[in-house]
Amino acid sequence: MTDFYDAIVVGAGHNGLVCSAILAKAGKNVLVLEANQQVGGAAVTREFAEGYSVSACAHLLYQLQPEVRRELGLSPQMATEHMSTIVLAADGKHLRLHGDKAQGVSEEDAAQYRDFRKRMKRFAKLLRKYLNRPPPRLGTKDWQDLGTLAQLGLDVRMLGKEEMREFLRLIGMNIFDEVTERFASPLLRGAVSLDAVLGTHLGPRSPNTIMTYLYRLAGDNGRLAVPRRGMGSVTELLGHAARSAGADIRTATPVRRIIVENGRVTGVETARGERFNSYTVISNADPKRTINQLVGTQHVETGFARRIHHLRASGNAAKLHLALDGLPSFAGLDKKDMGERIVIAGDEHYVERAFNPAKYGEYSAAPVVEMTFPSFRDETLAPTGKHVMSAVVQYAPHGLKGGWDDDAKTEFENVVIDTIARYAPDIAGRVTASELLTPADIEREFHITGGHWHHAELTLDQFLFVRPVAGAAQYAMPLDGLYLCGAGAHPGGGVSGAAGRNAARSILKREKAA
Amino acid sequence: MNNYDAIVVGAGHNGLTTAAFLAKAGLSVVCVEKNDYIGGAAVSRNLYKDWMYSNCSYVCSLLRPEIFRELELHRHGLQVTPYGGSVTFMENGDYFGRYDDAEVSYREMARFSRRDADAQKRYSADTMRQCRFIRDFLLSTAPDPTSFKPSDIREFVRIGKKFLDMGEDRMYETIRFWTMSVAEYLDEYFETDVIKAAKSGSGIIGTALGIHSPGTAYVLLHHYMGDVDGNVGSWGFARGGMGSVSKAIAGAFQAAGGELRTEAGVSKIIVKDGKVSGVALENGEEITAPVVVSAMDVKRTFLKCMDKSDLPEKFHRRVENFKIRGSSGKLNIALDGMPEFPALPKGSSLYHSDMHFIDSMERMERAYDDWKDGRWSKDPYVDMVIPTLNDPTMAPPGKHFMSCFVQYCPHQVEGRRWTPEEKEAFGKTVIDQIGNYSPNFKDLILHVEVRTPQDIEEEIGITEGNIFHGELTMDQLLFNRPIPGYAQYRGPVGGLYMCGSSTHPGGGVMAAPGANAAREILADLRRRNTVPENFGDD
Amino acid sequence: MKPGPVHQGRLKSPFYSRLSSLDTVNEWHQWKGYSSANLLFCSDVEYFAIRNATAVFDITPMTKYRISGPDSLAYVNRLVTRDMEKIRPGRVAYAVWCDDHGQVIDDGTIFHLRDGEYRLCSQERHFAWLNDCAIGMDVEIRHETEEVAALAVQGPTSFSVLRNMGLEGIETLKPFGLTYFDFHGSELMVSRTGFTGDLGYELWIEPDKAEALWDALFAAGELHGIRAIGTEALEMSRIEAGFLAAYHEFLPADETVRTGRSRSPLELGLEWLVDFKKPNFNGRRALAEEKRRGSTWRLVKLDIEGNKPAHNSYVFAREKNNKGNIGFITSAIWSPVCKQNIALGSVRMPHGAPGTHVWVEIYYQREMHWSRKMAKATVVDKPFWFPARRGATPPGPY
Repeated sequence: MTDFYDAIVVGAGHNGLVCSAILAKAGKNVLVLEANQQVGGAAVTREFAEGYSVSACAHLLYQLQPEVRRELGLSPQMATEHMSTIVLAADGKHLRLHGDKAQGVSEEDAAQYRDFRKRMKRFAKLLRKYLNRPPPRLGTKDWQDLGTLAQLGLDVRMLGKEEMREFLRLIGMNIFDEVTERFASPLLRGAVSLDAVLGTHLGPRSPNTIMTYLYRLAGDNGRLAVPRRGMGSVTELLGHAARSAGADIRTATPVRRIIVENGRVTGVETARGERFNSYTVISNADPKRTINQLVGTQHVETGFARRIHHLRASGNAAKLHLALDGLPSFAGLDKKDMGERIVIAGDEHYVERAFNPAKYGEYSAAPVVEMTFPSFRDETLAPTGKHVMSAVVQYAPHGLKGGWDDDAKTEFENVVIDTIARYAPDIAGRVTASELLTPADIEREFHITGGHWHHAELTLDQFLFVRPVAGAAQYAMPLDGLYLCGAGAHPGGGVSGAAGRNAARSILKREKAA
Repeated sequence: MNNYDAIVVGAGHNGLTTAAFLAKAGLSVVCVEKNDYIGGAAVSRNLYKDWMYSNCSYVCSLLRPEIFRELELHRHGLQVTPYGGSVTFMENGDYFGRYDDAEVSYREMARFSRRDADAQKRYSADTMRQCRFIRDFLLSTAPDPTSFKPSDIREFVRIGKKFLDMGEDRMYETIRFWTMSVAEYLDEYFETDVIKAAKSGSGIIGTALGIHSPGTAYVLLHHYMGDVDGNVGSWGFARGGMGSVSKAIAGAFQAAGGELRTEAGVSKIIVKDGKVSGVALENGEEITAPVVVSAMDVKRTFLKCMDKSDLPEKFHRRVENFKIRGSSGKLNIALDGMPEFPALPKGSSLYHSDMHFIDSMERMERAYDDWKDGRWSKDPYVDMVIPTLNDPTMAPPGKHFMSCFVQYCPHQVEGRRWTPEEKEAFGKTVIDQIGNYSPNFKDLILHVEVRTPQDIEEEIGITEGNIFHGELTMDQLLFNRPIPGYAQYRGPVGGLYMCGSSTHPGGGVMAAPGANAAREILADLRRRNTVPENFGDD
Repeated sequence: MKPGPVHQGRLKSPFYSRLSSLDTVNEWHQWKGYSSANLLFCSDVEYFAIRNATAVFDITPMTKYRISGPDSLAYVNRLVTRDMEKIRPGRVAYAVWCDDHGQVIDDGTIFHLRDGEYRLCSQERHFAWLNDCAIGMDVEIRHETEEVAALAVQGPTSFSVLRNMGLEGIETLKPFGLTYFDFHGSELMVSRTGFTGDLGYELWIEPDKAEALWDALFAAGELHGIRAIGTEALEMSRIEAGFLAAYHEFLPADETVRTGRSRSPLELGLEWLVDFKKPNFNGRRALAEEKRRGSTWRLVKLDIEGNKPAHNSYVFAREKNNKGNIGFITSAIWSPVCKQNIALGSVRMPHGAPGTHVWVEIYYQREMHWSRKMAKATVVDKPFWFPARRGATPPGPY
């Protein structure tokens, strides 16, 4: 079989779908090949026990870029919008964060929080603009790149003298110092620290964590939502958008390799041995998998292969899914609170201590937890009267010493349940089934090297001009016809669609130029 | 006479440098010092019999040669002798050495990993490239990115051009270098744990960061960018101890007509009508001058020696939040003879080198975790040297002075003052660590001076005893140092200047902040510039 | 991990005992940690041994790697710019390898020892780079510098010497060929390669047999003017042959600190070694781009008027009224065999096309005083010295 396509997209993760939908809308003949049975990659709804479903990896929607929604006409149905965050306190005096409001803290803290959020949102807005376009190349004479750089300089200047200084000071700083400077409430410091480190291999003391906090805000201003029927419903919509634009999506069709002939990409070969031809192959897979396994290092140059080899992409976030015979009762929380986002992050030290073991390949003895009970607002996820919990748990390093065998998983699961049980003692008794997805499981299930939810660590040395690696930040890899469109490319992970959209646009632009 | 053109507060090496350049321009300058000795943290102290301790800073490389030459420091007794090499002792009884001879060093690395031995040249070239980039900016004032002043724009264009001249790929490498951790930087070159551990120390010395903290690759540079006689990255001993540096600069200052007053601690910098008018001394005396230059760190300057009402509110808050963290301590030890390290062959050149006792990256990082919890490291990173092997002036013949820089050591223990017992236990931790590799070491000890950050703060005056007068993180470097908007040595009050290590380019016995401050002051006073220009690396 | 302490000071090659017994001047330098003789008796005499009889030079310190494994061909082909598929077992290839930007890391020779097994020989050490190139490939790279002793046997009578030594069939060995002999129960590899631009061979053997090989060689060469030589004589012949040397004609790209100080193979006159038709290799994209837009530098071979060697000279476009130099000399000697004042240099494009003239600013010292001379130089495109015997098979019994 030797069909010829304008573009082949490897992997139907949300970015792959966004990318193929945009290309298809531009009239391209696009083929999408997905290894799993359903589209969505890691953004899927997963039935982990009979009758119980959750969003497999990302469980909150807050970064989907408005441009993507608009251009693809998406209007996902939400079970919850504008969620609050409840930070659990040992004494039951929990802290509530809703938008820019902090409840349960002193007035001074509340004012500081408003002020902090205002500034962060201003910076995030600036950042967002650059997340939605390919990063410019440095040192080129391309007028568009120079224009983008000049614009960036101008935008930073337009913040005003004072705010510009703050921006330049904060961008490389850690969240730890910022929260200790600003807030008296330990819970508030913990909650902000948590938001800065979720999904990363960083602790609050690590410089760079202001940037990761900004990144989180740079979608929907930090508004948190849960899609009805889980994250899979969003990617189903994306799949639908791509199909109706004419893209040919084939699931259960893993790609074995990307074919390189005469120094350029010419197509792909599936695990079943089918061959599909195209001079444009766009990989939604992570950079390591793309280069090391799908393309083969000998087809790229050594310096580039070495950079990919050194790309840091080792995940620390695990997912714990519980099937519950009823909602657990948290001391100090109402039943209605169960629709909110509930986190455990006692203070910034707690978060930092949770991070410490991850540096040595050990999991946190006292982990940080971000819980939701999505069935509370969405009856499709669990049998009537029953519930599911979906929690992101850190830190569970991909490279655990001794590996993630069943014993290690059971031990860690118990650690997490014990941690939650300190606030909701009845939870352990309510568990009827459970699933722990460690980064090693995520790697296996969703084919993400290292099981990192950003495909590659989100630090300044792997950001913007140098994401995923220097010399390959504009979606085109240094191999003719090969592109990257996943979270490993600029700007990074989260269900945002930005990487997929930017990739599609830069491919179309190149074509126009050629 | 109690009226001068300028008062410099603090006779550390930077204060003296500023004072010397101002005096050379013909100003009447007094430099006041609270202690009865000069030098701040660049001192030689005679605390035990005939021993001379470099009891704070202990080696010299960063001192800008332009300043050395301009102030003719050799005429005032300064002599810097290079020394080389390092050794890291390993728990398994082996060691990893770095030798003066490049081929021997190569062989040594190849003993652990030939790949690492061959990666060294790429590592050196890449690191040297970054050194060359930064070295050019040490003796110039950091431009203000928010300013439209021609001098700021000119400097930005200069930096921009230098950056562009690197070429696209190396620009990216530079961005990465400035933002990554020393551990990750080393991972891109080396595979052997002990080799990485040995090299990573330079990324954390003097900081409250761990080797895995982003931004520590830059700190590595801070220790590599100095030179001795043009050999970038090499280190030397000041003959007679680090006090010789301060003494020589003081000599140049006095030769230019400057006046030094010791035991003259400043209680307050006096502000009148929005301008400084002088200082009040602790003994009640007042000295007046239209220019006051503080060589103290910014926290001490603005929070201890000035009225809050004299300062803009935002500025005051920024100073309060300025990060200056005690993270390192020091042991100064008088020895009855030369300790033996049985792991080394007799007569090994490595006895003359820096010695370290942590052989893995995990131990390096764990040392930091202790500090985060407010404790000193149970298994600390120690940078130990025996200067008397190279400098015969510091101890009687056959006897030795040992300097141990220790990290991590908190300013306070779990948030409260050090008790004498804790201080002793801290000292014992270090002595035991060295003793593990040298059986006769403990028996040779005649006297030990243990210095915690708290001691350094109380004696020298540096807030939290931080050797750099402020963390070397991105948010406190270049135009952010010490405070955004106040990075050009001028304080928020007319006539008030800063010249200490809190200012660009930061700590280390570099004297660059002092020289840069003098240049700015002389420009404001429309006086002849006496501060030399960068030699420039071709 | 090997136990310490490592050897301090210089290493001695397995031929050291023989070399030092012939040494009369005691002038040594270090070469990759080994003691290597500058000369043993008199450089001029040693030089003429290369051009007139047989010279023996110890090349043991040369860096050697063994490359084997299923992907070895794919590996070397991606490593170097020339097409290694064409290099059959028993053949040797001169090659250059580049970084991603098409800048030369080093040059060297690759010996196809047996099917799929290679030896790479170079001046510099590259174990880190060679391993980086192996990421994702099934190939084994072994450092074997210390495991192989080697001698260069060069000069017009070298064939006679080897034949006299009993190496039967040596007459059929073509340039860039290699073959094996038994020597006292060990494998002796002989390749028809060298760094002198003359008829010559290189002999490779295990270190234990090094002294015996030396003795057999010198016994066989006694009547053919055999002589041990040092680096100075070799360097003269190297320049006459127009061969490149690292740190002279180029700097290993991975060691350059300043941007623009490295060179591409196109800039070094090695375009014949770059094969754009073969599969992907390091530097391919950058070199294709350079070919399209033109190079910055050009390596030139210069025949300079007069007899004053142009050491470290600037090169100019004209005799007078120059706005600035167009390049510099990288190697220069008076060639005793050509009776020419010759040099290699690096000049900016478009200067230096073969057949054109440039001017060289020569400073020379006579009895303390310095003089300056602008000398006219002709750019030549052939090596200064290329005797017929170098390519003849069988070589004549000179």
